[in-house]
Formats: sequence, C-alpha cells, structure tokens
Amino acid sequence: MSLAELICPAGTPAALRTAVDAGADAVYCGFQDATNARNFPGLNFTPDELAASVSYAHAKRTKVLLALNTYPPAGKVDLWRQAADTGARLGVDAFIVADMGVADYIARTHPQVRLHLSVQAAASSPEAIRYYCESFGVKRVVLPRILTIPEIRQIRGEIPCEIETFIFGNHGLMVEGRCSLTNYLTGQSTNMDGVCSPASDVEYARHADGSMASQLAGFTIDQFGPDEKAGYPTICKGRYTAPNRPQGYYAFEEPVSLNLSRLLPELIEAGVHAFKIEGRQRSKSYVRGVVRAFRAAVDDIKAGREANIADLVALTEGQKQTQGAFETKKWR
Amino acid sequence: MTKLTLGPVAYHWSAEMRRDFYARIADEAPVDEVYLGEVICSKRAPFHEPDLPATIERLQRAGKLVILSTLAEVMLKRERKATEDLAAMEVPEIEINNAAGLFARGKRPHRIGPFMNAYNEATIAWMARQGATHICLPSEMPAPAIAAAAQAARHLGLGVEVQAFGRASLAVSARCYHARAHGRTKDNCQFVCEEDADGMPLRTRDDQPILRVNGIQTQSESYIDLLPETTRLVSEGVTHLRLMPQAVDMVAVAQLFRDVLDGKMPMAEADSQLAELSGDTGLSNGFYHGAAGYRRIAMAAPV
Repeated sequence: MSLAELICPAGTPAALRTAVDAGADAVYCGFQDATNARNFPGLNFTPDELAASVSYAHAKRTKVLLALNTYPPAGKVDLWRQAADTGARLGVDAFIVADMGVADYIARTHPQVRLHLSVQAAASSPEAIRYYCESFGVKRVVLPRILTIPEIRQIRGEIPCEIETFIFGNHGLMVEGRCSLTNYLTGQSTNMDGVCSPASDVEYARHADGSMASQLAGFTIDQFGPDEKAGYPTICKGRYTAPNRPQGYYAFEEPVSLNLSRLLPELIEAGVHAFKIEGRQRSKSYVRGVVRAFRAAVDDIKAGREANIADLVALTEGQKQTQGAFETKKWR
Repeated sequence: MTKLTLGPVAYHWSAEMRRDFYARIADEAPVDEVYLGEVICSKRAPFHEPDLPATIERLQRAGKLVILSTLAEVMLKRERKATEDLAAMEVPEIEINNAAGLFARGKRPHRIGPFMNAYNEATIAWMARQGATHICLPSEMPAPAIAAAAQAARHLGLGVEVQAFGRASLAVSARCYHARAHGRTKDNCQFVCEEDADGMPLRTRDDQPILRVNGIQTQSESYIDLLPETTRLVSEGVTHLRLMPQAVDMVAVAQLFRDVLDGKMPMAEADSQLAELSGDTGLSNGFYHGAAGYRRIAMAAPV
C-alpha cells in the first residue's frame, strides 16, 4: 500500500498552522510574488513567515513544500532563483516546479532538496514524466486532473517516481501550464504572473430587469436571473453562446468542484503516494474541516477500517461536485 | 534574412481542402518553411496522413523547408505511439510540442514548438544543451521577454520564431469542447469540428465575440497581427515569423508580410490590406505590448 500522504493548502501562516494541527502530512505554500501559481492579493508568505512556518511544521513532523510553479519570462529568472535559494536556506522539504530552467537551476544548486513536478508542467504520459525524472531528478509528479484510475495505475508501473493526485477542491478544466485565457482578457498571465481570473478585474453589473452579469475585464462571463446566485467569473466556467447553442451553455465546464472521496480507496490501491487538497485561497475553517475529514478517512483506510466517506461527500453538499476524469473517460 | 513560416493547420480541414491549400502554398506563397502534422487532435490524423508524403514532396520541390510537428497533448496510447514514431525519424526537422516528444527524441536535433513553454533564457539554454536548434516562443510573451529570450537563443546559435499572424492558442484540454457543444463526447465526436474551418465562435451572453473552440483547443477570437512590429521583432533577434493558417487568403497574407520585411510596401498600407483580408475578424497585438491579448495597441512611430 502507498503512503497516502495528505498534502494540504496553506495560503497564509495561520492556514498553515491550521492544516498542520488538523493532521496534514505536508503543506504547500508560496511566496508573495509571481513565483507561484496562486499569486493572489492577501495570500502567501514573506521569507520571515516561511521561516517561522517551517519551524512550526517540522516541530510537528509535517513537511513544507514550496511552490515555485510558474514560468519566469526571460529577463526575470533571478526572482525564481532567489526564491529557490531562500527556500533551501529555510529548510523546505521540496520544491514544486514546472519550468525546465527553474528545475535545472535547483537540481544543480540545491541537489539536497527534493523536486516535485507541478501539475503546471502538464506531464500526462509516462514518457513526459520520465523526461523530468531523468533530466532533473524529479521525485514526485503531480498528475493532471485528466486521467482515469486505470490510466493512473498504468502510469504508476512505468515511471520511477511517486504520484500525487488532486483529490478535492477546484476542478481545473484546461491543461495547467498551457492556459493564457486570463492574459487574453486581462493582460495578466497565469503562467508568468501566477494570476487566474483576478478579483481586481471582476465586476458584477445589475441590469434593470434584476438580472446580474458577472464580468471579467469588461467581458460578460456569465449572466444570472434575479433568483440565481451570481457566480465568480472564471473564464473556463462561464456560459457562452455558440452557433448551435444560442441560449448559452457552459462551453467548457459547469462551476463544480472536484471531490474524489468515494474513489479514495481505489486511488490508494492504484499506488497514488500523495493526495492534494486544492485551496490556498480558502479560509482557515475550510482548511480545518477538509483536512480533518480526509485525515480520518485516510487513517481508516490504512488501518483496514471502513472510511466514513459520507462526511467527505458532505463537505461539498449544496455545491455541485464531480469526479471529473477520474471515474470515466466519458468526461472528455 | 528574416524567414516566414507557415504553422501547422490547427483545424480539421478535409483532406481535399488541405490538398488545395498546400498546392497553392507550394506554388504561390512566399513562405520559406512549412510545418505539417496534426498538433491538436490525434483522432484527426488518419484523415490527412495518407497525403502527407505527397504534400511534403510538393512543398520541397517548391523550395520550402518542411518540418513535422508533434501533438501538443500526449496521453493516450495512440498519441504516445504517434509521438514516438515521429521522434524516431532520421530527419533534422521535427518540431516537438510535448515533453513526451523530448523524451523520445533524446539529444538528436529538433525544434521546440510553441506548446513547450520556452519562456526564458534558462529554459532555452537547457533545451539547447539537449539538442534544440530552434525555438518558437509562447505567443503570450511580451516584447521585453521576447527580446531577452531571442538574444539568449541567438547567442546559442538557435533560430527564434514568434507567431506574427493568426489566432493564438489560449488553452488545450483533455476534453473536446467541439463535441461538448454538440452534446457528444470526444470518443463519439463524429468529427463535428470539421464544420468550423476557422474555429467555432463563442460569444458572451451579451453578444460580444470572445473565443474560438477548435476541438480540445481554445483560441483567441482575434487574429494576432504583428505586422506593425516586424521591424522591432527582427531588430530584437527574431529570425522566423510564423503565420498560422486561417480560413482566409493565406497566400495574400504571406505576401504582405514578405513585402513589409523586404521594404517593398509601406506598413500602413500593408496593415490595412491585412485587416481587409481578415474580414470581420479583429486583429490584436496586446500580448506583445504587455496588455490584454485581445487588444489592438497602436505602434509608436518608428524612430
């Protein structure tokens, strides 16, 4: 059986302590700049905060993984190198990287620190994963959320590193690390700036008939009737019209969240080493609830007990949820 | 001399449409290099692969350098096999668009495609050490980054390519959005994407054009147009300008770029002709100017 580590989001030092106390095996976090893919206002860590957080986590035998998972544009590579140097100095347990230049720098400069391949690298075949393993000594790959369990099992047998999969949280639709939808509408890049459908560009416009448009940079991403709850204008979760869909439809995906609780035993059996809970932008109480519930479930499964999956399913009660690609390839 | 390239056709054009298209390109288009091969959807490849040898020969006889491009998304067995087969070919000109292709190609010479995320000098240096001879930069890169990347790549002896015309690739997915729009899935798509030779338009619910769907790919509504920026691109070290095939007169588009590069046509005239050729489709250069990609930023008068 795999280790079934729980990898939990830490958007702030307080959320980090919460996740550690709630039973995370590892937490992942980033600095307050473009070096990570959740470069949102009010999130992330200063070097001093990270130092204190590493001490806190290590005292409770929890690992700290530092996300350096964006793509530096030419001329700005030093920011990523300095972030890696700082992380290594503060004793983080692994770097989560996507860019080959960043991976190469860390492999040469900080070979003692583990490298994890971010989902932003979009390595979705054994060959792609082996490329990163053989080139940079990557020890773990975070798989894109596009594979079925049989496919994950197949990959597991063909790669020399550990597998981490997302298990709960935002359900990304596009291949991560290959999406510039946000840059097209706002001028801020997901890959280079760590920004996705940024709050600074969001507006909700109320129309005379009571309907509401949720807009990003002036583009209407969705419209809601007077009785509908207006959703956040994430580009890939908006409703648009197409020639044969004049009424508007979710062209890419509905605003659902990923919840693989029911598949947890199967994923452990398939050899997944670590389970990632998405949500560095989420509140402390959210982190506490989700981490506790998954901690209990993983411990039950590892001990051969029946896990109380109902508690996990209830976490997204009232919200639409999906098992995404993991259950069936009909999702595609 | 700056070279013009024709990128791989992103859409599911019928075999007949492709044959006609490449015959005209071979005979009339002033492009130096042509990329062939299915980059977006592995299901489409069987429709046009039988014609590939004849197309290659035709283009080569016309003096064009032909480069074969690999798939951007590699996940299924047939995609892994297709990538491996292409990478195994003993030809110098292969453009790789997925790390699975880099793995299969090893240190033999190859080009780096626009899906490979060669954003910076460190990555380009790494790729050059692994046998890359040429880099196509991601189309969302702003001018200062293009200049820095081009300088680094030139220093290493690499060719540097930037997309100067056509819809930008904004995203790829494991899911087929063309099939989804028609209530189907990727496995039973019935190749409905063939209906949209220039992508399926998506409009906002208040009726603004916004994006185009091309199978698993999402594209910009506007065509990138870096015609006004060509002088600057060339002075910054860009060696190749890529024109992406759209359902417009691509021979005429290529001629405009060639004439501007050769100083045979005033830029203002060429750009207004390009706008005319593009019909209702807007032109944009926002990415280059560090602004929202869909925007059209007026170029400062040349110094």
